[in-house]
Amino acid sequence: MAELESALGAGRARAEPLELALYRRDAGVDRGDAAAVCFPESGADVAAAVRVAARYGRPFVARGSGTGLAGGATPVGDPLVIVTTHLNRILDVNVEERYAWVEPGVLNLDLTRAVHHLGLHYAPDPSSQQACTIGGNVATNAGGPHCLASGVTAMHVLAMEVVLGDGSTTLLGGLEPDQAGYDLRGCFVGSEGTMGIATRIAVRLLPDPPAVRTLLLDFTSIEAAAATVSGIIAAGIVPAALEMMDAEITRAVEDFVGAGYPRDAAAVLLVELDGLPAGVAAQVDAVRRVGTERGARTVRVAADDAERALLWKGRKSAFGAIARIAPDYYLHDAVVPRTRLVDVLQRVYEIAGEYDLTMMNVFHAGDGNLHPLIVFDQRHPGIWERVHAAGDAILRTCVDAGGVLSGEHGIGLEKREAMPLVFTADDLDLQARLRDAFDPAGRANPQKILPRGSRCGEMQRVPEGAWV
Amino acid sequence: MTPPAVLDRLDELRDTIRAADAVVPVGARTQWEVGNPTTEGVEVRAPAGVLAYDPAELTVTAGAGTTVAELAAVLRDAGQECPLDARAREATVGGVLAAGLSGHRRLRYGPLRDRVLEVRFVTADGRLVKGGGPTVKNVTGFDVPRLLVGSLGTIGVLARVTLRCQPLAASARWFTSGGDPFAARQRMFRPSCVAWDGTTTQVLLEGHADDVLAEATAAGLDPDRGRDAAVGGPPWPEGPHRGRISVRPSRLRDLAPALDGIADLRWFAEVGVGTVHVAAVDPAGLVAARDAAAARGGWLLRVAGAPDVDGYGAPLPNLAIVERIRAAFDPTGKLSPGRLPGAATTTRAG
Repeated sequence: MAELESALGAGRARAEPLELALYRRDAGVDRGDAAAVCFPESGADVAAAVRVAARYGRPFVARGSGTGLAGGATPVGDPLVIVTTHLNRILDVNVEERYAWVEPGVLNLDLTRAVHHLGLHYAPDPSSQQACTIGGNVATNAGGPHCLASGVTAMHVLAMEVVLGDGSTTLLGGLEPDQAGYDLRGCFVGSEGTMGIATRIAVRLLPDPPAVRTLLLDFTSIEAAAATVSGIIAAGIVPAALEMMDAEITRAVEDFVGAGYPRDAAAVLLVELDGLPAGVAAQVDAVRRVGTERGARTVRVAADDAERALLWKGRKSAFGAIARIAPDYYLHDAVVPRTRLVDVLQRVYEIAGEYDLTMMNVFHAGDGNLHPLIVFDQRHPGIWERVHAAGDAILRTCVDAGGVLSGEHGIGLEKREAMPLVFTADDLDLQARLRDAFDPAGRANPQKILPRGSRCGEMQRVPEGAWV
Repeated sequence: MTPPAVLDRLDELRDTIRAADAVVPVGARTQWEVGNPTTEGVEVRAPAGVLAYDPAELTVTAGAGTTVAELAAVLRDAGQECPLDARAREATVGGVLAAGLSGHRRLRYGPLRDRVLEVRFVTADGRLVKGGGPTVKNVTGFDVPRLLVGSLGTIGVLARVTLRCQPLAASARWFTSGGDPFAARQRMFRPSCVAWDGTTTQVLLEGHADDVLAEATAAGLDPDRGRDAAVGGPPWPEGPHRGRISVRPSRLRDLAPALDGIADLRWFAEVGVGTVHVAAVDPAGLVAARDAAAARGGWLLRVAGAPDVDGYGAPLPNLAIVERIRAAFDPTGKLSPGRLPGAATTTRAG
């Protein structure tokens, strides 16, 4: 502690039990224990903190706003928690080359707001964008509704200055289009802090589209809505966003924000089309036609920016709306092939029935990214067991349909033991080797992503309270 | 999904790789001279053929030995494409990925590494392994697919890949202009390519036909002079000694006069991207182009010819990590030995 304080400055490192308790978990459910927590103000501070941790043989865990849902920032193995929220400066915005250098603690929405007047935006827009940091987005390879056409975080990170497990600092990627050798930048994004800590990030900025139209389609069956999703893609349209909400969540949202969503719909689709005016107009017509052919009851096209904002407010308030229904929720994240959406959703509702749980679905339908949301009251005895069992059943259903374990939240602690559902022992062995190549001493956020036993002869202790 | 014949051939591929002391994956040799030359080794080629394709998924799975032309034909029938570099129709999907060729439409469609969803490859010790996943969105585990792109056959032998596709644009036209390419680019929303040789700018626009013409007009291009993209491409420079410069896009302005000052050098730059394709009559021209790039924070990859010129001209960045990755995937250095510069060539066993 004394060494940390002398490296970072007085008050920048804490180890009081009450303080540490705040950092036992992220927005997921798994808990751990931190040995100490520190608040660096610069990349050099981060490197100094990592070196102190190394001298004492301690692991370290980077943490942004703690909005992660998979336990990626949960401290395991008594680590030093390195909080990046004081590293919150936008360092440079380059309009000609369309990038910004930012520190990892910059909030996602703050970046887009800061470049709005330049006609630019940062594309990844997770639902937590008001609170989550760019550094956390890099760690989890975060997505959001507008990643359907624009792609997830990995497609928007050009370069990073990173602190490695030994406390050294290096640059991965670059502002030039290609770098010699391997794509280390690509390996690092989505590695959930297990390869080091990004201390400066160069992100790509995109020009705002000249034309944007937002449509709300409502259906009397979820099958018709899902068929419309496939129909839109098959018609050669990749919308900027293509979101689905089921009956329960539509009602909850409408009661909460009054966006004009039909309360009696079995499902609604929120479709955003952007680009140049003629192309967008043609796509609006095509989406209207595809939806109507597949049974859309109404197709509402937002008339102006205010109505567009209102339609999106409904979608983005989904998680606030459910707080009115039950005090707790468990949000899942899995991806299935788009063409399997109907089968998988049906099975998800069956699973909810089997475990006597309330399940809602609001998700990125365009890329098959499901977010089944179980709402419950954790004061009910035995409820956690049912919630977890149902979650496990959902995950297996998605994998059986040819899907993957996570689309944008990450694996963290929550799903590491599920990794063998999609990877063989050989696959996992190679992933472990890749991780170790960045961090041979294994100090960067240990025991995340990869299940125990990924490496030959591995011994790890199970963290107290970890859900495995 | 997998016909038994292909599995048999994958088994063959695995057995061959496991037994060999040195292995060199080969596609159609269209990028054979990229980087440093390999030493001798047993040459292997991955199976060919489109294995799974559902247009409603916008993804396609193919053997790495499938030619770019065959893949394009299958996708075109469904009104889709995967924008792989199409200069050589016989080039294989695996070869394009291993060489990391992003193609001339990168400005709009992004680098090649963003196209690859799942890879299956054979490791140096003959294991068939998987990285990534088949869906368009996926953060399940480490991003092994991106590691394979541009790895020049040194991580594993690509056997099968799943790629992200996109709808074909309704209209695609090239326009020519003598104006400032940088200003023109800023006036367009999403041009696919702005190719500039220092004098003439050629712009590829794709989308709804009305939007294409409107953008061309707004950018000061002559709409009457547009030509269909099917019958034209960027002005690929020809010459025996070729290279590819990678430099920050804004540095193209002062790199251009430097390149023009090199005798018998032909080049065109992808404005907004920072890639410059160069061809020299003499190896010294390539070296001079490399020096001009390095002086502006960039670098030049030797693509063909100039056998006495180093493939990279500088040590790889983050060499220690690169070496550890190589040692982790290929401890004896038997995959494409010599391709990448660094100590790996000297760690080879035996």
